[in-house]
Amino acid sequence: MFIASALSGCDAPLSALAPAGPTASAIAELWWIMLAGAAGILALVLGLLALSFRRRSRTAPERLWLIGGGIIFPITLLTALLAAAIVLGERSIPARAGAMEVEAESSQYRWRFSYPGTGALPTDETLHIPAGRPVTVALSTKDVIHSFWVPRLGGKMDAIPGHVNRLTIQASVPGTYFGLCAEYCGVGHSRHGFQVIAHAPAEWRAFAAGGRP
Amino acid sequence: MKALRLHRELSAIWGAPPGWRGTISTVNHSDIGRRLILAAFAFFAIGGVLAMLIRAQLATPRSAFIGPEIYNQLFTMHGSIMMFLFAIPMFEGLAMYMLPKLLGTRDLAFPRLSAYGWWCYLFGGSLLILSLLLGVAPDSGWFMYTPLSSKPYSPGINADFWLLGITFVEISAIAAAVEISVSILRVRAPGMSLDRMPLFAWYLLATALMMLIGFPPLILGSILLELERAFGWPFFDTARGGDPLLWQHLFWLFGHPEVYIIFIPAAGVVSTVLPVMARTPILGYRIIVASVLALAFLSFGLWVHHMFTVGIPHMALAFFSAASTLVAVPTGVQIFAWLGTLWAGRPQMKLPMLYLIGFFVTFVMGGLTGVMVAVVPFDWQAHDTAFVTAHLHYVLVGGFVFPMLAGAYYWLPHFTGRQRTFRLGEAAFWLIFIGFHLTFFLLHLAGLLGQPRRIESYPEAAGWTWINLISSVGGFVMAIGFALFAIDIALQLFLARRAPRNPWGAGTLEWAMMTPPAPYNIASLPRVGSREPVYGEPDLANELARGEGYLGAARNGWRETLAVDLKGQIRHIIVLPSNTRLPICTALATGCFFVALLLKLYWLAPFAVALVALLGWRWAWVLGRCEDLGLLPIGRGETAPTHAEADDPPGWLGSGFLLLADATLFGSLLFGQVFLIVVAPNWRSDHMVVGSWLVIAIAAAAALLAGALARSADMRVERAIPGHLLLAATLAVSQWQAPAPSGSAAGALVGMLNGYGLLHIAIALLMLVFVCFRHRAGFLSAARSSEPRIARLWSDYAAGVGVVVALASQLPALLR
Ligand SMILES: [Cu+2]
Repeated sequence: MFIASALSGCDAPLSALAPAGPTASAIAELWWIMLAGAAGILALVLGLLALSFRRRSRTAPERLWLIGGGIIFPITLLTALLAAAIVLGERSIPARAGAMEVEAESSQYRWRFSYPGTGALPTDETLHIPAGRPVTVALSTKDVIHSFWVPRLGGKMDAIPGHVNRLTIQASVPGTYFGLCAEYCGVGHSRHGFQVIAHAPAEWRAFAAGGRP
Repeated sequence: MKALRLHRELSAIWGAPPGWRGTISTVNHSDIGRRLILAAFAFFAIGGVLAMLIRAQLATPRSAFIGPEIYNQLFTMHGSIMMFLFAIPMFEGLAMYMLPKLLGTRDLAFPRLSAYGWWCYLFGGSLLILSLLLGVAPDSGWFMYTPLSSKPYSPGINADFWLLGITFVEISAIAAAVEISVSILRVRAPGMSLDRMPLFAWYLLATALMMLIGFPPLILGSILLELERAFGWPFFDTARGGDPLLWQHLFWLFGHPEVYIIFIPAAGVVSTVLPVMARTPILGYRIIVASVLALAFLSFGLWVHHMFTVGIPHMALAFFSAASTLVAVPTGVQIFAWLGTLWAGRPQMKLPMLYLIGFFVTFVMGGLTGVMVAVVPFDWQAHDTAFVTAHLHYVLVGGFVFPMLAGAYYWLPHFTGRQRTFRLGEAAFWLIFIGFHLTFFLLHLAGLLGQPRRIESYPEAAGWTWINLISSVGGFVMAIGFALFAIDIALQLFLARRAPRNPWGAGTLEWAMMTPPAPYNIASLPRVGSREPVYGEPDLANELARGEGYLGAARNGWRETLAVDLKGQIRHIIVLPSNTRLPICTALATGCFFVALLLKLYWLAPFAVALVALLGWRWAWVLGRCEDLGLLPIGRGETAPTHAEADDPPGWLGSGFLLLADATLFGSLLFGQVFLIVVAPNWRSDHMVVGSWLVIAIAAAAALLAGALARSADMRVERAIPGHLLLAATLAVSQWQAPAPSGSAAGALVGMLNGYGLLHIAIALLMLVFVCFRHRAGFLSAARSSEPRIARLWSDYAAGVGVVVALASQLPALLR
């Protein structure tokens, strides 16, 4: 199938539906649940709409429609959805305590990453992280607002002048992942991308000690 | 024969002179409404062409069609045009045209105000289109995030076009909101209590009140950003104690309600058209009214919903997430009320119903994806991607364009008096419907595959190519559909056969008049006893045409209509102003002000302001009379005073609503001050005003003095002038001692506060002096006291503002 092939990781290096970390996996799972629920509700509403043109003997108690359909039905569904979202949301956020912190400084059409507390030198356009461990990215900007997003590792966060925002990401397995700037930032916005290399433990130790990756 | 004579007499009073004189002087609601609708459609076509260029660019990866410089202007202008120049004016036009007819009356409460709003919209909108033609259109995105839109990163005139042009256009939105609220609450047919109003009026009342509270934060934000760009007042500059997040809060305080401001009137069209198509009264009138009011209220709690990725504390996210999903409940009530109505009736698949089906399918899908993006973890992935582009088009095209198309075909026989002969409407529907879903359905997926918004180029390897190609093809199919719709309407205007009156068998009063309607709407006003007064009264239209209702005779060449209270009891006769060139002149003077700022001819701006004040004076002066008329007959053996002798004239209520909007703007400014003190990373407390209890005490005393003097005997409110002068002097001295506004956000805020206070004192003084002159000229008496009452309202507001300004500028330092 067309869609299925599009969703596989290799064809879609930026796909949020080909997760490679706990946050992205949890959100992808949430998406599939919500999609199924939404399809069900859509089918129900459109079914009721179609039937209204067909049915002949009509009984339409006002209360059932307005209280049942309009109030109880959405409140029940929304409560379930919110509960699921909060549970998933809490679970999906990797523990920030114990996470190592790296710094990402965005500017018009560059990304510079630095690794305080390690021996590694700052890198441009490529963020190095250890695989299998939560990493908190402290986001700052030198000029306008940008947004740090690695779809396969989950979630995005804005870098706003004067503020430092933190986003915790985690890659389950070593590999190269692609990231981009999600907040419109001027004429170079579409080119404002970067990559994330998640290293296996030994490789990471070498990088953190100041070795060339 | 009596009907024909009455028709001639009333047409002479309410019509506009032929030719260009009539064009520039008409204030009739049907003329203004039609113009707004046509102009909005023209802007829609321009916005559509921009969308086609965007889709052409995105159809292939690494497209070399247009570069980012032009592309950024295209998507910024597409969004801005569709939101500000199409959607809002389109429903304003429909409201202005339809409301008096649905409410069984002859015009809106303030005809000159709607004409002024129309000209402001036309001039402001043209200014924006001009920027596009000159190649210097705004290019910071339609939500204009700072600092990208600030001077260092947008040094050109582009952003100024947006800030000044949109603010100019917003004047028309505020004017329309005041007009619509007062007209619905005051100007209806006798006997039409609020719970007998057509549902459409309820929806518009909710919308108008939302506009009065929703637009001021944006207007304030635009003023602050323009002050920063033009004079360096650093409200959003982190280095000098400002914060770009303040812009986002102000923008979305407006921007989220805006979506509902666009949806609610369209839902009103659905609630009007759908029961007629189903041949049954709508299910649950009162629950629908309650759900509309709840929706209007809840929509103000949601603005942070657009800011889930800016680093908001966790608990706040949970709250806004819950609030965002909660709006689904009143929306659900309406969806099920419509479904229940269809089940209770015998629906017919006529053309308006077909477009309503398009609305159901599309809008429900948009609502469901809306619930998804309200869920915070999911929004972290979907935010700022093509998923959101798809979602918002489902909501706006589904929730606004389809209902409006249904309304267009439903009311077209009323606009033109003709019936359809060609079957182009069905073909247009299928092209628009299929084209729309082809364009946007798969964009949801593109977003999840990582396609961000607002990119002009993407790599082949990203895997988005096939989706974008399908989307572009769909976009062109949809465009052909809209072109066919326009052709269909044009054919109907010129070629079709006459339609019978009330072709759909509807029950509301707009069908109890001749079509196309005469400039006076109805020759006499009915007494309304039910929600659908046309049902069961087949002769109502003829009775009204013969002048057998209220005001069924021409008198003194006056444009007369009736004011009623909430229960529908007659309060007084409103004598409306006739055609005049004041609205266009005032709009031109207002335009001079905006153009002066745009071209940085700052010396010219005060002259433009003085000209506006002068015209405003004239505006009020030409009304009124020098003798008491007492009670006048209004037909059916009843009598009523004119509005000049009434104790609750429409002007007072209108001023009240305008002040509500004004107070919201002021409240947003105070919010901005607290926000910057608490959040801005480099807030300079050493740059605050030193703080003096004396300033506060003198301001309070001056305000109390003004309030007390305005209440002295015989409505001589002008006695309050000394109080205002003292208050103005206090604020001026306090500003004199304050730090320079360009030095820090703290100084800029104090400058803005004092400027706001002084401006309102100046307005109050102008009104008080006006009343003084009116006393001398003999326009006022014990009975004719509405003008002093209105002036006192503004005087009290200015006095209150003066005290709050003194508190807000002095207290932060005193409390530190
Ligand atoms: Cu960027």
